[in-house]
Amino acid sequence: MRFTFDGADYDARPGDTLAAALLRNKIHLMGRSFKYHRPRGVLASGAEEPNALVEIDRGGARRTPNLRATVVEVFDGMVARSQNRTPSLRFDIGAVNDLLAPFLPAGFYYKTFMWPVGAWARLYEPMIRRAAGLGRAPELADTDRYTQRFAHCDVLVIGSGPAGLAAATEAAATGIRVILCDEQAAFGGSLLSDPSEALATQLAALFANPRVTMLSRTTAFGIYGDNLVGLAERVTDHLPDPHPALPRERLWQVRAKRIVVAAGAIERPLVFPGNDRPGIMLGDAARIFARRYGANPGTNAVVVTACDTGADVARDLAASGIVIARLVDLREGFRVTGTHGRLRVSSIEIDRGGTRETIACDFVAMCGGWTPSIHLYSQAGGKPRFDPGIGAFVPGTEVTGLTCVGACAGDMPPAYRAGVAPVNAEGRAFVDWQNDVTAKDLKLATREGFRSIEHVKRYTTTGMATDQGKTSNINALGIVAGALGATIPEIGLTTFRTPYTPVTFGTLAGLSRGDLFDPVRTTPMHEWEMARGAVFEDVGAWKRARYYPRQGEDMHTAVARECRLVRDTVGMFDASTLGKIEVVGPDAAEFMNRVYINAWTKLAPGRCRYGVMLGENGFVMDDGVVGRLAQDRFHVTTTTGGAARVLAFMEDYRQTEWPELRVWLTSATEQWAVIAVQGPRARDVLMPLVDGQDISAVAMPHMSVVEGTMLGIEMRLFRVSFSGELGFEVNVPADYGHAIWEAIWDRVQVYEGGAYGTEAMHVLRAEKGFIIVGQETDGTVTPDDVGLGWAIGKAKKDFIGKRSLTRSGMTGPRRQLVGLRTDDPATVLEEGAQITATIEDRRPLGHVTSAYGGTTVGHSIALAMIEDGRARVGATLQVRMPNGAIPVHVTAPVFYDPEGARLDA
Amino acid sequence: MKLIPCPICGERAEIEFTYGGQAGLTRPADPAATTEAEWGAFLYARENPKGMHRERWRHIHGCGQFFNLTRDTVTDRFIP
Ligand SMILES: [Zn+2]
Repeated sequence: MRFTFDGADYDARPGDTLAAALLRNKIHLMGRSFKYHRPRGVLASGAEEPNALVEIDRGGARRTPNLRATVVEVFDGMVARSQNRTPSLRFDIGAVNDLLAPFLPAGFYYKTFMWPVGAWARLYEPMIRRAAGLGRAPELADTDRYTQRFAHCDVLVIGSGPAGLAAATEAAATGIRVILCDEQAAFGGSLLSDPSEALATQLAALFANPRVTMLSRTTAFGIYGDNLVGLAERVTDHLPDPHPALPRERLWQVRAKRIVVAAGAIERPLVFPGNDRPGIMLGDAARIFARRYGANPGTNAVVVTACDTGADVARDLAASGIVIARLVDLREGFRVTGTHGRLRVSSIEIDRGGTRETIACDFVAMCGGWTPSIHLYSQAGGKPRFDPGIGAFVPGTEVTGLTCVGACAGDMPPAYRAGVAPVNAEGRAFVDWQNDVTAKDLKLATREGFRSIEHVKRYTTTGMATDQGKTSNINALGIVAGALGATIPEIGLTTFRTPYTPVTFGTLAGLSRGDLFDPVRTTPMHEWEMARGAVFEDVGAWKRARYYPRQGEDMHTAVARECRLVRDTVGMFDASTLGKIEVVGPDAAEFMNRVYINAWTKLAPGRCRYGVMLGENGFVMDDGVVGRLAQDRFHVTTTTGGAARVLAFMEDYRQTEWPELRVWLTSATEQWAVIAVQGPRARDVLMPLVDGQDISAVAMPHMSVVEGTMLGIEMRLFRVSFSGELGFEVNVPADYGHAIWEAIWDRVQVYEGGAYGTEAMHVLRAEKGFIIVGQETDGTVTPDDVGLGWAIGKAKKDFIGKRSLTRSGMTGPRRQLVGLRTDDPATVLEEGAQITATIEDRRPLGHVTSAYGGTTVGHSIALAMIEDGRARVGATLQVRMPNGAIPVHVTAPVFYDPEGARLDA
Repeated sequence: MKLIPCPICGERAEIEFTYGGQAGLTRPADPAATTEAEWGAFLYARENPKGMHRERWRHIHGCGQFFNLTRDTVTDRFIP
């Protein structure tokens, strides 16, 4: 296989990771560090790698940054690039930062970019954003497909090393459903360095078992409530030419009765000056590269160790033909005092009792002890405990439904158990390779007063970024504890958060992108509205026609024309999104009495009432016209946005406070299409369509409802008006909505009327001073505040919110609904603008809630909530507009037909 | 995502439910007879325990029923 790295061509073997292939090609320099741009090689051999981050470019949008070279599988023709360097990896001008290191200590950003305040947004942030960050984010939209699957199992085993394989085999033998996942391409974990017949046999048995699901290249990245585990499966990234039908990645959401975590342990580096040069790596990583991949990291090694692992590593490296120049055991009093070699280590300096020695080498293996991977255990709610023998945290408290086995449970051979290794913090001794945090930085943070490890982490950034401190956390804890004269358990442990390793947005989003990102609700008339060029607005998930511009019309012109149609002849409006709830039962009227402020007992069947609903706190929650269809049946309408909330609110009281009431609630929002026909010719339009129903002013006065048919279709016809004109609302079953709309449209044409959208509807209602809940009200408004005190059923002993209306602060001077007019009839106020008494007085009296031009009353109008507003009618106040204050005159909130004569036409 | 035991439907995923706040609050039979403080407490005073919390849930995307559960707020687990 061939691949390129930074444009140069190299060979690889099947099964190689990019890091293994580069090492076999004698390439150690793989990246530049984040802050100081120091040359870096590979530190680890797996998912914990902090340094060797690369970009894989498959062309076009398929360019992925920040992939770990130790995880990326090479395929034939792969194009890989290093990151965070200009112009080249060998010569990076960013490395000047390294010379400035004395001036870039921990917390540098916080100290340096403080002043002046204005410079932050203009200067510092853009500069830091350019300089910081690791890879280049792709600029094109992702063209790959991602899928998601749900799965259930009896046992989910995470990790397929010896402990995980044993657990899976044992569970499978009982015939239960098992899922075994591993982040690597092959199953076996540490056994992969010594492939054996036994491993092959064990794996074959698991693959052959139909009750066992084997998922390789699959990372368990998070444990969520009640044993729900997120798995990210990489399906095609390792393939040179994936089948187009395959998703790139697959998210598994696995609900497991029992989780067995067999995540293993991660080796710790050693902290000494110059420990970050390319060629200095973890001992186990060196051994894995040499034995599993046949990619010796060099020919002449120095092994530095703080535990017995070092002897094992030295033996295994020697068996791979590597000369061991020296095995330096820190327990024997040695210290590492420095290293040399610009782009790759060439020698290491050691010291014992003042005797210094420089040893030439071409790589260094560090064995600093092992840290159990307790990330998933901790995410599941386990409280780890510190094991001084291991020098790390191990699972402590029990977690229901979860077991840790093997090295991640602290179960490791005695040779691997090492306390926290001694540190030589002189010079540039790195603790966190990815964030360029040195031992000195951590000590500085403690000198500056940071005590909690969480604060030290945020201040120095140790343990952050894509590797989340997998190799650095314990060493950092040890240094901070030492500096504070405390023990590691006293310092505590930073929180393990999901994901364990980075997960792509694509995997998490799955198919929820583009048109599938968010559900859209459309009315039965939507296609018609689209065909007529309607401009839509989003109201909740609904698409509502806002206005219907004709050729050459802007919004203002179109809305003014639509308003005129309604006032002069007739307009039709799609009101299907209104919430509808059928309230039915012998106690329906009693229920309505308790839920609404209005009185319902005496409302006769066939009549309607404008209902107002409060929360128990006394503030307006929703409103809508309610028709009484029969003694035991109400057709309730709610605001478009409030439909679900109102039904849930009603259902709560019905089930939990008044279970004795015989009443049932059913959502009918989507069952009825609603067509508002409004204007002086509304009755003329509908007359021939209602199959003989008498809809005369006498038979069907304002606020009445009849059930009948329209063109043979079941119909509920309401005589109601939200425009101030003679008006009807035609309810027909949703399936017939479009056909009935077309029939009404034909009639409307006869009278030179037309369709209008939500914007004209808003203007028309504001001219009449009708409120919109959520626009005039904001959850702190009583019925009286918006002039609806009249709607309260005075004889009722109780209703939801009644008691609160007499609480202190609910009466007396409050903000009240008023109208506003400007001197210039063309000036449209800004909705939300604050109002004061004078230009000099800056105390807000209230704010503008609605403001419109394009009205039918000859001037702009506005509604506002103003302190003691009704007493201020006639006064002049100031509206604080973006370009200065504007005088306004306070009026009653009704600008059109205050007597309501047109409603009763 | 948690599993929530609906007494009617059994264990279902948390997204099928809505939270209903502290359980056991009863609306006063005669709100007009309550004092300012009593009504204020009914409206706004809620427990915020570290430990056992009796609370309401509704299986809104299932059977629609309200029911009460005890949850340990330390472990975020329901106690049968
Ligand atoms: Zn249920």
